[in-house]
Amino acid sequence: MYIIVAGGGKVGRYLTETLVNDGYEVLLIERLKAKVEQYTEQLGGVAVQGDACEAQVLADAGAGRADVIIAVTGDDEDNLVICQMAKRKFNVGRAIARVNNPKNERIFKHLGIDATVSHTNIILSMIEQVIPSHSLWHLTHLRNSDLEMIDAVLGSNSPVLNKSLSSINLPADSNVVLVVRNGKTIVPRGDLVFAPHDEVIAIVARNSRHEVRRLLVGTE
Amino acid sequence: MNFVILGCGRVGSRLAVLLDKMGHNVAIIDRTSDAFKRLPTTFKGRAVIGIGIDEDVLKSAGIEQADVFAAVTNGDNTNIMASQVAKELFQVPRVIARIYDPIREGTYHALGLDTICPTTLITNQIINDVLSGDMLPGSNKVANR
Repeated sequence: MYIIVAGGGKVGRYLTETLVNDGYEVLLIERLKAKVEQYTEQLGGVAVQGDACEAQVLADAGAGRADVIIAVTGDDEDNLVICQMAKRKFNVGRAIARVNNPKNERIFKHLGIDATVSHTNIILSMIEQVIPSHSLWHLTHLRNSDLEMIDAVLGSNSPVLNKSLSSINLPADSNVVLVVRNGKTIVPRGDLVFAPHDEVIAIVARNSRHEVRRLLVGTE
Repeated sequence: MNFVILGCGRVGSRLAVLLDKMGHNVAIIDRTSDAFKRLPTTFKGRAVIGIGIDEDVLKSAGIEQADVFAAVTNGDNTNIMASQVAKELFQVPRVIARIYDPIREGTYHALGLDTICPTTLITNQIINDVLSGDMLPGSNKVANR
């Protein structure tokens, strides 16, 4: 598997090192000559100098035979163009982009980028997890759909305590897929009865997230 | 017509002022308020400060009612991304992007974006002006694209 990493900041540098250590064939494209020289000294010949937005640079990097391109520069518009050029001009199978502004995640997906990573969103969701009042966490968006996966821990005032799953009126397109109870995972059936401290993982339609929160967690 | 222009540099400001004088409804976006100093006090359009690839900034500039969107910042990739947002997300009927890099311009033009590449326009213009008639290969003028 051949992977091209575009953007040699801290993310790109450590990503390249980790992928090399995992046995992948990796090439890092970085604009600044000084950084390329530094990485070559530290990691061996895995970095080349150039602007990954330029077709010639991608061609020289062997984009034509790359399986994956990962764009992790600090500029969202650059990451978008790198991924689009790689996919459309060089038929790279899979493009992954770092998204700095969380609002751009949706746009990137709309414009054909296979996967996005938003460090801003990751840090936000970690904050949500450590704030107890935020008892419904967003885990992930499901690609090519309006569904998302959420995680909720049932408090002592949850409206669903001692009720069975089949008796709860979940909105259309929503379903509880997993319950974690005392460290054990349960794939729930309709007769599962909710208990305090149950951790509930559900697939919900994006626009019914608030309703599911109200049903599972109650009003906070 | 309703125009939204991204980038208030020499091209953007001139375009905005001309359209405004012609009686069109113009909104112009730039990252810094300094850029709007290029606009004369007589300019009746709107100046919006913000990042042009941000949906909310585009909305506040009236992208949802726009007939034309022109991306003329000095960043090729900003213009490319903003144009795709305008075209794909907001379905603006006419979207034009300035792209300096001829290869990138070729790629996005092939993908259906309306593009203008000043680099090829100027080089072709100079060649056509300097080399006359039979000096041109095949005595055809160099095509603009």
